[in-house]
Amino acid sequence: MIKIHVNGRDHELNDVPEDTPLLWVLRDHLGLTGTKYGCGMSECGACTVHVDGQAVQACVTSVGEIGTSKVTTIEGLSTDGSHPVQKAWKQHNVPQCGYCQVGQIMMAAAMLNENNDPSDEDIDTAMWNICRCGTYPRIRAAIKSAAQEMRKQ
Amino acid sequence: MSVPQTTRDFQSNGSSMFKSSVNRRNFLQLATSGSLVLLCKFSDGQEVIAQASAVDPQHFAPDLFVSIAPDGTVTCVAHRSEMGTGIRTGLPRVLADELEADWERVSIAQAPGDKRLGDQNTDGSNSIRFFFDRMREAGATARTLLEQAAAKTWGVPASECYADNHTVKHRGSDRSLGFGELVATAKTLDVPTKDQLKLKPRSQWRYIGKDVPIRDLDNIVAGRAIFGIDARMENQLFAVIARPPVVGGKVSSVDETAARAIPGVVDVVKIPGFEGAPNFQPLGGVAVLATSTWAAWQGRDALQIAWDLGPNATYDTDVFAQQLKETVNQPGKTLREVGQAVDVIAKSGKRVSADYAVPHLSHAPMETTCAVANVSTAADGRVTACHILTATQNPQAVQSAVGPALGMNPDDVLCNVTLLGSGFGRKSKPDYCVEAALLSRHAGRPVHVTWTREDDLQHDYYHAIAAIHCEAAVDRDGKPEAWLQRVAFPTIGSTFDARANTPAAWEAEMGHTDLPFDVPNLRLEVGEARSHIRTGWLRAVCHIQQNFAVSSFVDELAAAASRDPLEFWLELLGEDRQLDMQAAGLGNRGADPKDYPYDIGRLKNVLRRAAESANWSRREKMPNGKGLGIAGARSFLGYTGHVIEVDVAKDGTLTVENVWVALDSGTIVSPDRVRSQLEGASIMALTQAKYGKITFKNGRAQQTNYDSYRMVKMADTPRSIHVDIVDSQAAPAGVGETGIASFAPALCNAIFAATGKRIRSLPIADHDLSWT
Ligand code: FES
Ligand code: FES
Repeated sequence: MIKIHVNGRDHELNDVPEDTPLLWVLRDHLGLTGTKYGCGMSECGACTVHVDGQAVQACVTSVGEIGTSKVTTIEGLSTDGSHPVQKAWKQHNVPQCGYCQVGQIMMAAAMLNENNDPSDEDIDTAMWNICRCGTYPRIRAAIKSAAQEMRKQ
Repeated sequence: MSVPQTTRDFQSNGSSMFKSSVNRRNFLQLATSGSLVLLCKFSDGQEVIAQASAVDPQHFAPDLFVSIAPDGTVTCVAHRSEMGTGIRTGLPRVLADELEADWERVSIAQAPGDKRLGDQNTDGSNSIRFFFDRMREAGATARTLLEQAAAKTWGVPASECYADNHTVKHRGSDRSLGFGELVATAKTLDVPTKDQLKLKPRSQWRYIGKDVPIRDLDNIVAGRAIFGIDARMENQLFAVIARPPVVGGKVSSVDETAARAIPGVVDVVKIPGFEGAPNFQPLGGVAVLATSTWAAWQGRDALQIAWDLGPNATYDTDVFAQQLKETVNQPGKTLREVGQAVDVIAKSGKRVSADYAVPHLSHAPMETTCAVANVSTAADGRVTACHILTATQNPQAVQSAVGPALGMNPDDVLCNVTLLGSGFGRKSKPDYCVEAALLSRHAGRPVHVTWTREDDLQHDYYHAIAAIHCEAAVDRDGKPEAWLQRVAFPTIGSTFDARANTPAAWEAEMGHTDLPFDVPNLRLEVGEARSHIRTGWLRAVCHIQQNFAVSSFVDELAAAASRDPLEFWLELLGEDRQLDMQAAGLGNRGADPKDYPYDIGRLKNVLRRAAESANWSRREKMPNGKGLGIAGARSFLGYTGHVIEVDVAKDGTLTVENVWVALDSGTIVSPDRVRSQLEGASIMALTQAKYGKITFKNGRAQQTNYDSYRMVKMADTPRSIHVDIVDSQAAPAGVGETGIASFAPALCNAIFAATGKRIRSLPIADHDLSWT
């Protein structure tokens, strides 16, 4: 049996091998389908979650590695979409199809936790997620808005 | 039939109760009792697709697309698929506008596949064009009846009653009634015919042309939105499939011992391959069914399969590209001819010619193809019901592919549509839904099929590899007197008819035979090319290769004549006029040229506007390594002009600094979504031009994931993408695909301006751009 802590709750997992990627545990065992699959090899960022506040790709992180760390998924980032990053995303109407956006939001939130005044270069480096719809210009703008908001807080 | 489950509370709102026993057949009986179809409703606040249910008899439902509840809630039916264009919001906005409904009191119900709703193939940039008038008629029908109901209630002429923001008011008194209060009376009235409807004048539009957030925004940002990969049915298994590595291959033998030993694996099932043309049938192979996606995936990877690869196992794109080049350098089949282009070119003293090449591309939608199916069978094995939840661009195609595969009437297949994690044409091809249906029939319980990214890139319906030959005879000023152009690529028709081996007229018309230039001698030909893979349509389709070639060649002609490319474009396009489609033999995507002419003036206008925004005249003073490029196109009945500014470092590093795009697609419903489509199209076109290339060796695609099929990311996104939308009252044309055609040539023309290097084959990454 594996125990993991996700979004403030402890979960016990039976019959889940330790090497199962966290992504599929979240999605298929815990029903937290907000975290998305895009590549399975840390190339697209769609599966980004926070582990102890750091952006981590759930597709290449096995559930056994988590130990006592705290996992936060989009479902736990805020209960009502009120995180400054989520608000900025809405303000800029960032999503097109929306599929990559959870990963983008989790990546941006983790970056802004460490650096609430990112330069364009900081954004280029931190935000390596793929968006097939091409929402990058709006993501950049939304990150700047969110950063401004977070600096006020 | 079971009800789809999620971990969240599964509640319906309003009258649409989930009927766990509803199948397609009894649903139709229920639904036809009223005139409204609807049916599946998203549960409140969480995008979970429900089962079909009939319209509540208490509701006023004068049209398939709209119903009004006694509490005044207006339900609009979204029958096109949402994959990022905003259409699930856009079309209901048109209806609500004409109805005079308060947008805050409009709910949107996503339709299943149902022929009565008309075309549901969310493809071809057609949604607004096909259904703008239809939505207005639906809204006007309901509005007219509500006005008549108020007139009847008050005993006044209907002409004195008018709808205004969810109420009907009386001119000349202060009486008014809410829409909900009028439902009971409106239901008793005869539905007016189309010619009895009076549509609102443009000046009174409330929502058309005004921005509003898309309906799914909150759910997307909160991670609650349900895509095909998230669709769940109670007791479902997860499947991952090993497909033949070469199209047409078959399983010779399979050792499933190791796969069955993986914890969670429940079954291993063979899927037969297709016979004849691939169509939308499965590729075949071996599926592993398990209790989680990961277990199924591990099981799939543990299968030991010997394949009979079949005749396509020698397909090699290096060899094939060479053959295509040879084909376009020999006479082909003429599709359009004016004057004596071949003779004029043969006698000309001054000729310019160039060969262009574009590789295969893959759709690579962000969400891979996924579907969950629940098939019920009788004791004798006969299929009694099939319910599919999937991210599809075309639920009717799901019905017509799954029906025969299960021996069912297609109309009896119930296909509900989730949100799509993008589609680009891949998700209008429902082979993955047939896989899920066959596996569910076998398993006797719901089965969810997930394609891995590797599956997606290796088993796509690929965009065709192409060669294009352009040749012109020019006069002393460099102006073409004759133009010969030949294209060759495997036709999409080959996916449906194994004998098809020549580009079809509709494919050629995307940037080749619709050549708009004022040139007295023209000859436009196609050459033969067999398909060795599944060839499909990808966003912008043949415009990708044909406009790249044509608009690069214009730039080459301008350069040969030492002319300014913008001036050259405008001169080549000639007088403002409309092309004679009939004389040119052009199908115009089935649109009436009266509503959708090929208007040279509009094309020139977008070129000028893009150039103006970009401050084009500064190009002459730009230093080496910096350049502006321009190109224009008419695609999907809309017009674009792109100007692109690049910086090419001495070491060859390419930076796309700025993009200016002007669009004229006639009447615009959702300006911000149109802008976002144009931004996104520029980025997708940049990905394809810069990196896009699928190669085949021994019949197998060599790219497996985003590491080898590279995407533009934030770091190589242009610093600004400036979108300029022409304010127009013309009929609404395409948008979603329209922004692609002129991007790649404008980019390559900019690289030429910056470096003197002419890119004649894509992707750009294959070329050394360094300069001294
Ligand atoms: S799915 Fe994890 S990075 Fe792509
Ligand atoms: S919004 Fe569609 S992939 Fe990013």
